[in-house]
Amino acid sequence: MANVAKSAGTAGIGTKKSMFNAANAQKFLAFGALLILLLFFSMASPFFLTFDNIVSIMLSTCVNGILALGIIFVIITGGIDLSIGTVMTFSSVMAGVMITNMGMPIWIGILVAIGTGAFCGFISGTVVSRLKLQPFIATLGVMMITKGLSLVLSGTKPIYFSDTPSFRKITTGSILTFGADGKFSVPNGIFIFLGMAILAGIILNKTKLGRYNFAIGSNEEATRLSGVNVVKWKTAIYSLCGAFAGVAGIVMAARLDSAQPALGQGYELDAIASVVIGGTSMVGGEGTILGTVIGAFIISTLTNGLKVMGVAQEWQIVITGCVLVLAVLLDTMRKRGSK
Amino acid sequence: MKETLLVMEGIDKSFPGVHALDHCKFELRAGEVHALVGENGAGKSTLMKILTGVYARDEGKVIYKGKEINLAGTKEAQELGICIVHQELNLMPHLTAAQNMFIGREFMGKNKLFVNDNEANKKAQELFDAMNLRLDPKVKVGKLTVAMQQMVEIAKALSFDSSILVMDEPTTALTESEIDELFKMINHLKEKGVGIVYISHRMDEIKRITDRITVMRDGTYVDTVNTKEVDIQQVINMMVGRTIYETANEHNYTDPNEVVLEVKNLIRGKTIKDVSFKLHKGEILGFSGLMGAGRTEVMRAIFGADKLDSGEIYVKGQKVQILRPEHAVKYGIGYLSEDRKRYGLTLGETVEQNISLASVDKYTNKLGFTNMSTITKTSEEYIETLSIKTPGPKQRVKNLSGGNQQKVVIAKWLLRDCDILIFDEPTKGIDVGAKSEIYKLLSQLAKEGKSIIMISSELPEVLRMSNRIIVMCEGRITGELDIGAASQEEIIKYATKREA
Repeated sequence: MANVAKSAGTAGIGTKKSMFNAANAQKFLAFGALLILLLFFSMASPFFLTFDNIVSIMLSTCVNGILALGIIFVIITGGIDLSIGTVMTFSSVMAGVMITNMGMPIWIGILVAIGTGAFCGFISGTVVSRLKLQPFIATLGVMMITKGLSLVLSGTKPIYFSDTPSFRKITTGSILTFGADGKFSVPNGIFIFLGMAILAGIILNKTKLGRYNFAIGSNEEATRLSGVNVVKWKTAIYSLCGAFAGVAGIVMAARLDSAQPALGQGYELDAIASVVIGGTSMVGGEGTILGTVIGAFIISTLTNGLKVMGVAQEWQIVITGCVLVLAVLLDTMRKRGSK
Repeated sequence: MKETLLVMEGIDKSFPGVHALDHCKFELRAGEVHALVGENGAGKSTLMKILTGVYARDEGKVIYKGKEINLAGTKEAQELGICIVHQELNLMPHLTAAQNMFIGREFMGKNKLFVNDNEANKKAQELFDAMNLRLDPKVKVGKLTVAMQQMVEIAKALSFDSSILVMDEPTTALTESEIDELFKMINHLKEKGVGIVYISHRMDEIKRITDRITVMRDGTYVDTVNTKEVDIQQVINMMVGRTIYETANEHNYTDPNEVVLEVKNLIRGKTIKDVSFKLHKGEILGFSGLMGAGRTEVMRAIFGADKLDSGEIYVKGQKVQILRPEHAVKYGIGYLSEDRKRYGLTLGETVEQNISLASVDKYTNKLGFTNMSTITKTSEEYIETLSIKTPGPKQRVKNLSGGNQQKVVIAKWLLRDCDILIFDEPTKGIDVGAKSEIYKLLSQLAKEGKSIIMISSELPEVLRMSNRIIVMCEGRITGELDIGAASQEEIIKYATKREA
């Protein structure tokens, strides 16, 4: 029995060091991968490291990035939301209906789009948390419903914002131009994305919702037994995810200057890939906004770089898939090692 | 005298922080039913897990059919003919009886490509016939009664040509007539020369079915006796031992005039049958009983974790409606589950995140922003007062020892200002040193006027800590003892008082 007292004394300590290393490794891994990619493509192609191309990479990150910022909340709970791609489309169609078909002011269109996204998330969240359906199935259903509704509302045809030329400025306009004659301009979409990232970071790290978000993902039952209304908070988290999809819908529609009802499906998978490449576990309970932003950049950098190098589009997809699996594999190996 | 099948000698086993078995011995003859008894935590299960190859022993010898054996795993044990029928059945409900029996060693057709279910069904049928069991091997196990599922488990064990069958609490889920069926089966196996180890808490059954009894206590071997030559009381005395513990009388802070919690006629399905009791201010109310007596279920229902069919709950004289845990927490009730890791902690999170989990509201402003630095400061205070051993509030809870994890859960409820604390097995999985700290903490809390309900399966613990003891058996309260009148023997008597 002599060993009893000894083990009690030392059990708590001694793991601190490895923990901090692991946390650093996660940020380093994703960020390092992005740097390596940037470096590689810069050397491989003379067209890669130009102002226009970098802006193009960032612009193509916006939509996927905002979706990823939304879905990370759901993924941290240990759930999944397959509907964000089509919810995004549905939101943009709603904006189109409001602004073009009904002639409402642009700001109402934006609010309606975000509200639509939040409402779709609310439906998913309610079905998942209150009615206890598996997130995969519940959101698969919402994905199909919103896809269908987008087609119905738009009459299967794109809605153009030709009457409101200022609408497209939301994404493609620029509040930051420099150089001679405004030669270099940074499109607003990028600022919207970065703004949303900061917002997501604040919500996740500074608010009650964020606090419960991690707690639910770490141990939902223990959280419930701590007197937290898990049903309510999970519904709120799915709604938040939907609202982000709504924002993505606006950015998307403004970029295309139209609401494209047939688009959207498949975007959810890119968003999930961004989150996962950013070091977030699908099991839930952990995840960072910074990682997700980097993850989103990795995907668009990869796509863009391969395109600039002249790799055929089919092969771009193959390579992106390989990178995804490799990234997650490295991450799990790191976690196993740190245990 | 029948031949000796198995001799286990000098078996020693330690887990981190616990000396589970201290040079234990056990012997089994062919055609014998041998009871293995002891309180929860006496080491019965560990000993049987060593026998069946789940754990490796640290020291000692296992001699089986005259040869010393060293098992590397359960599969090897099964192949040698040593099988266990678990307390919680390990069957796959969506597979048929035959598929379950031959899982992992399916009959393959000639081409080695397809599973031959016909052959499995035939073999299973043969076994069922030999056991006098009327059962279709093609029926899905999920559709069978618990008793029948158990028969499938036994048949599975026999399909290995077993000479030793370990039965761990086989009757807990069975009705009276099903128990009769099981005993018929046991007698049948006995005649065939199978040696049966029978683990049970139910003395009447042990008296009825077994030939010999081996008693264990606190990881040590006490004695082996012939069942015919002892009475139940003697066996209980051996189980309990003569250990003397400090009693709770020394720290009784009960205020008998103030009832903080009263429940009346709680009913929930078959698990809670008409339970009523009162809890006073500053009292430590012990809940004793065997596993599955319904104590945890009662507390979970009071806390709102499970729904009640009917019943009334009064907190400080006010009738309250508790439908969800957050209602209970609002009325100042905190529940500390026996399974901390599943129900008490968010393991991957930090100490401060766990301590503040129930009280985030306190630190959140109207806009929903939570003040994390205040939480850190408060957590540091609790780490200090409860002397939680951790490098700091940002340490992850999974890296703490069991005792310190328990303190984190306690801190969580203290921060939430809970006056009624329900501890479910507060010292489960906690080593001896940390145990006495938890005991001190409980007394301290009672002294400060908190009211405590303590469920415990360890009798010395109940006797040491409680001011009053309620004993449950099969969903109802069978006895209430004042600490002055309580003894281990008395508690066991009430805990085994089954409905006639």
